[in-house]
Amino acid sequence: MNFRTIPVSAWLGIISASLFAFAALFAPLIAPYGMSEIVGDVWEPMSAEHLLGTDNLGRDLLSRMIFGARTTLAIAALATIVSFTLGAFLGMAAAVIGGWADQVLSRGVDLLMSIPTLIFALVVLSVMPANIATLILVMGILDATRVFRLSRAVAVDVNVMDFVEAAKLRGEGRIWIITREILPNALSTLVAELGLRFIFMVLFLSALSFLGLGIQPPEADWGGMVKENKDGIIFGIPAALIPAGAIAVLAISVNLIADWILNRTTDLKGGRGGN
Amino acid sequence: MATDPADEQLLDIRDLKIGVTVREPGKPPRDITIVEGVSCTLGKGKVLGLIGESGAGKSTIGLSSLAYGRGGVEITGGEVFVNGRDILKLSRADLNGFRGREVSYVSQSAAAGFNPAHRLIDQVIEATLEHGLLNRSEAEARAKELFEALSLPDPDTIGNRYPHQVSGGQLQRVMTAMALCPKPDLIVFDEPTTALDVTTQIDVLAAIKKAIRITGVAALYITHDLAVVAQIADEIMVLRDGETVEHGTTQQIIETPKEEYTQALVSVRSIIHEEKQPSQTPLIRMENIVAGYGRGPAVINDVTVDIYSGQTLAVVGESGSGKSTLARVLTGLLPPRSGQSTFEGRPLTNAQKDRPLDDLRDIQMIYQMADTAMNPRQTIGTIIGRPIQFYFGVTGKALQDRIAVMLEKIELPSDMANRYPAELSGGQKQRVCIARALAAEPKVIICDEVTSALDPLVADGILKLLLDLQKRENVAYMFITHDLATVKAIADSIAVMHLGKLARYGTKTEVLSPPFDDYTDLLLSSVPEMEIGWLEGVTASRKMQSAGN
Repeated sequence: MNFRTIPVSAWLGIISASLFAFAALFAPLIAPYGMSEIVGDVWEPMSAEHLLGTDNLGRDLLSRMIFGARTTLAIAALATIVSFTLGAFLGMAAAVIGGWADQVLSRGVDLLMSIPTLIFALVVLSVMPANIATLILVMGILDATRVFRLSRAVAVDVNVMDFVEAAKLRGEGRIWIITREILPNALSTLVAELGLRFIFMVLFLSALSFLGLGIQPPEADWGGMVKENKDGIIFGIPAALIPAGAIAVLAISVNLIADWILNRTTDLKGGRGGN
Repeated sequence: MATDPADEQLLDIRDLKIGVTVREPGKPPRDITIVEGVSCTLGKGKVLGLIGESGAGKSTIGLSSLAYGRGGVEITGGEVFVNGRDILKLSRADLNGFRGREVSYVSQSAAAGFNPAHRLIDQVIEATLEHGLLNRSEAEARAKELFEALSLPDPDTIGNRYPHQVSGGQLQRVMTAMALCPKPDLIVFDEPTTALDVTTQIDVLAAIKKAIRITGVAALYITHDLAVVAQIADEIMVLRDGETVEHGTTQQIIETPKEEYTQALVSVRSIIHEEKQPSQTPLIRMENIVAGYGRGPAVINDVTVDIYSGQTLAVVGESGSGKSTLARVLTGLLPPRSGQSTFEGRPLTNAQKDRPLDDLRDIQMIYQMADTAMNPRQTIGTIIGRPIQFYFGVTGKALQDRIAVMLEKIELPSDMANRYPAELSGGQKQRVCIARALAAEPKVIICDEVTSALDPLVADGILKLLLDLQKRENVAYMFITHDLATVKAIADSIAVMHLGKLARYGTKTEVLSPPFDDYTDLLLSSVPEMEIGWLEGVTASRKMQSAGN
């Protein structure tokens, strides 16, 4: 890989996404104040002491943004991992095994997808104990349906190739066929999808927090911060817009990276001997 | 326009250079030369055969006579005169008037060349109407004459059909009619019979030849098959890597080729294989096999064949004859509806997933398309090494050694082990597939059209390798092919399949000696021979018509 071939748009994405990741990793070191420390008046404007001002309880907004990045990114990442592991494995298994197993899994996924995700998540989360593990699992499982469809579709195509038939004739088990024959050929598509799904997770988590079913206060997370500060908008206080803007910038930057990866893999397919 | 056509050459290509810019991701663009200074001329009504292997630049040269470059290909130098004017200097508007009127094109895949949504007649006369040469009823009348000239059945009504309603051979002839309809001076035929069955090929070839004679059109005939071009061309130009190797009359090229490369092309498939006699007990016996897909009709019906240890059974037939299905039954991928296979005297489990590992190891398979038969994300070492690791549990250094031995057997350098399939040529890929099959140390290898996708010289090398390996490893082959020349080269016994049944079965000598049944006669007589005038002799003496194709 050559750094000079990475397009400008991808560089922008990489740089801003790494900034977010850096803030999340080293939150306690770079945040000027504590996460839930009340350091001033309610909704103070931006100043040298409080770069982004303070929030509805007088906490430093910049510090909460930094700690919020940590929660938001970590939970979105964990949920994406759950969704991918589950979705990709089941999707490929459905394609390789076929028949009844495929029918049961695919129709189950159809059923789950036919219920609006947000409403389904709201119902489940209001019934289940409100902790982070439940949140991650619910988000992961609901999102796994999308990954399942994609990986099944890719795997069905790969599964009919002669080299998979050759492996079956050799007597290889299904685990080998899925992990060694199909997965490497589906990986580029899945990696590109990974970026998109991660963004959807961030948006999903923010929506849940905004509705009060995601991260519980006093923990900071961007969606929750929009909720806490939304009343300020009436008084012309921009505190709610800052976390909202951060969500948008993160979404765009990860998308730029995903686009570049997708382009790169399609280039490779066309570039090898032209067949 | 030419002043006096009789004095002028119709087509005059001078020092043609064609290149393409390759843009690989992550690398600066670089220029590749496809054609390097080729010159030739063609008189009115003459046929020039362009012959060469894939990548020789023959299609590119053919298309240059339409001033066209496919897929980013650019004509970088030289001149192409048609009827005395340099078509490379024509404006876009002039080219539109020129293409399809003075020069037209017949492609390899007629099925892909026709729009499935329109009737044949509308597509055949489209160019003629577009150029305003004839009115609709005159054009239709001309199309019908051409259908007649091309020996198409029901010339008056066949034009009302849609492309999927006629056979592949018929479609190829309709495409020829389409090219002839605007009364061009020159037609470029780009491998028009390559995708067809052997018995269909000669009908189409005869039809094209007849149409050329009747209409007096000149033609560039592009093919990789010297025997085919010998039937139709007045002159032959042999190309290799974008350069002219040899150019002469058909007779001179076939009978007294000067260059070494031409000699190799002419003498290809001259492998002499001495037939072995069947031993007492067969290694594999497939008895009264009936098989089909889903609830559909039986694709193979009551077929009984034997495969002997260390010998080759060739299964021959056209597409749809059931030969590949027979292989699927043997592999267990398609359990038969009735009938039984036995392996070394004991019954072989029908379904592949129920077979013991040793049976799986003993029956290996090599595919037609080496491209799709290898996982593009695995190295050659992994591809060859996996059967060794899987069946024999060999790992580490010992495995690397075994892989090196396998590579040596297939005559590839041992550093190939770290490369990926995309970096190999077609012939090398097929060799790797052979090594993968052989690595399992099987008793029988099913070879499904393993040489069909390869150039003749490369295919020849693969056949020689297979024969050589058979001698050393005593492995049996079930060799599925539609190519009788291949069969003659390697078979010990032959099963001729027709419409799912065995048309003829026996040792090579028995099957290839008269008296023949009608189908075998048709099949044998359809294999083009490198002999001028062969086509006329054959079409006159055939016992059976090839189903109106």
